[in-house]
Amino acid sequence: MDAFDLDSAYRLHPQVSVRPERFGALLYHFGTRRLSFLKSPALLSVVTALDGAPTARAACAQAGVGAAELPAYARALATLAASQMICARTAA
Amino acid sequence: MTIGGLPGAVSPAGTATLVEEFRSGLAAPICLTWELTYACNLSCVHCLSSSGRRDPRELSTAECRRVIDELERMQVFYVNIGGGEPTVRPDFWDLVGYANAHHVGVKFSTNGARITPEVAARLTASDYVDVQVSLDGATAEVNDAIRGAGSFELALRAMRHLARAGFAGFKISVVMTRQNVGQLDKFKALADSLGAQLRITRLRPSGRGADVWDELHLTAGQQRQLYDWLVAHGENVLTGDSFFHLAGYGQPLPGLNMCGAGRVVCLIDPVGDVYACPFAIHDAFLAGNVRSPGGFAAVWRDSELFARLRGPQSGGVCASCSAYDACQGGCMAAKFFTGLPLDGPDPECVRGLGQRALALVDAAAPRPAGDHSHRTSVTRATGPVPVSIGPRPADVVATTASSPARRGVPARACGQDPLAGFALPAR
Repeated sequence: MDAFDLDSAYRLHPQVSVRPERFGALLYHFGTRRLSFLKSPALLSVVTALDGAPTARAACAQAGVGAAELPAYARALATLAASQMICARTAA
Repeated sequence: MTIGGLPGAVSPAGTATLVEEFRSGLAAPICLTWELTYACNLSCVHCLSSSGRRDPRELSTAECRRVIDELERMQVFYVNIGGGEPTVRPDFWDLVGYANAHHVGVKFSTNGARITPEVAARLTASDYVDVQVSLDGATAEVNDAIRGAGSFELALRAMRHLARAGFAGFKISVVMTRQNVGQLDKFKALADSLGAQLRITRLRPSGRGADVWDELHLTAGQQRQLYDWLVAHGENVLTGDSFFHLAGYGQPLPGLNMCGAGRVVCLIDPVGDVYACPFAIHDAFLAGNVRSPGGFAAVWRDSELFARLRGPQSGGVCASCSAYDACQGGCMAAKFFTGLPLDGPDPECVRGLGQRALALVDAAAPRPAGDHSHRTSVTRATGPVPVSIGPRPADVVATTASSPARRGVPARACGQDPLAGFALPAR
């Protein structure tokens, strides 16, 4: 599996559904039958912004993630990539 | 219910606890059990829904489809379908297909009777269907004493069909009893040999389980044995998060260590009644019916019972116990159907406080609602059941002796808490 790269383009996996909750969101992957929990509304904003942003870094900026918080968000996104909740957006 | 494990929690900060959030309830259940029918070809002695005969008021196909539409709107990603034996409904496959077409995944429980090679092949081809075959003994003797003569072969045949069709990772679902807890390694080996995943859950005194609880529930020594086994092998074994009361031994088990009733789980029964959890089929835990205006969504959102469950809970007599943070007082249904107060210890409290509390309880615990059992007796395996564990500890024997009627007294002689002895009122 490719390592997560902040400067690549990502998208929500096509088999993943997102349900917003008070604490953030619930993600469900219909392929792997796994649930994941986004434990902050800001992280949900980042994940939602991935599709339309040229890079993950841009999605973070768009969601208002500051430079100081960026490493934490990068780790969270890497976790989501490792569990196939998000995937690299290659030429579609 | 397995919440995919809290390791699935992704947080940039990693501070707030999800369990706190879950306790106050979610916009929709994470895990919904839907018993489609009370009809069943078997008569398992511990059946938590007392199934056997079909209820004539069962939801129609059209009504089931409306429920699925609602689940899609609420983004309930998957349902656990059970019964009864759900596959005896003539519209079962139709409903599974309808759910999948509406983005609701299905995991269904079956005793295997209808899993032919053709059905197994069809299931393997479907991405959004998962199967769970029930088995309560790793040998025919142990299994058939619980599930009825021939049921071991029935289940094994279904599993072989699934394995041969290439269905990877189907579940073998085992309710832990005094007779089969010693077979854990055998169950695991069976699952491994079939490319399946083992799922073990806790016996509850619910449905017909109330009648066999005393003879089937684990002894204190067996609970410890199970806990140690889970700590050692729990990684790839599903538990439906049903053993959180054992966290009182020390280390929490993988999964969600809390009672999710009415907060993240609930049950829809065959006639559309919504209960707080699959183990609590009783008026005291009835939240509403999907046939009422507003449907299931309104019940989930507005039920007074669910609102109460999502509010702050009193630890009652358990609040001062050092294990309370870990075990959360255990299972609501297990307490209720053994006649214990809901804010007291679980009957299987690892510190033995449940056993002590039981000694103070009137013999007449609340009876599970709705008996759908077959009126004729079903052939049950006869003969001795091999038991691999030693005699019951003296304290268990003591509590089964008839105790004087002490209903309504505090669960402990010194219990001054105004809520001691409090039971959830019927709605």
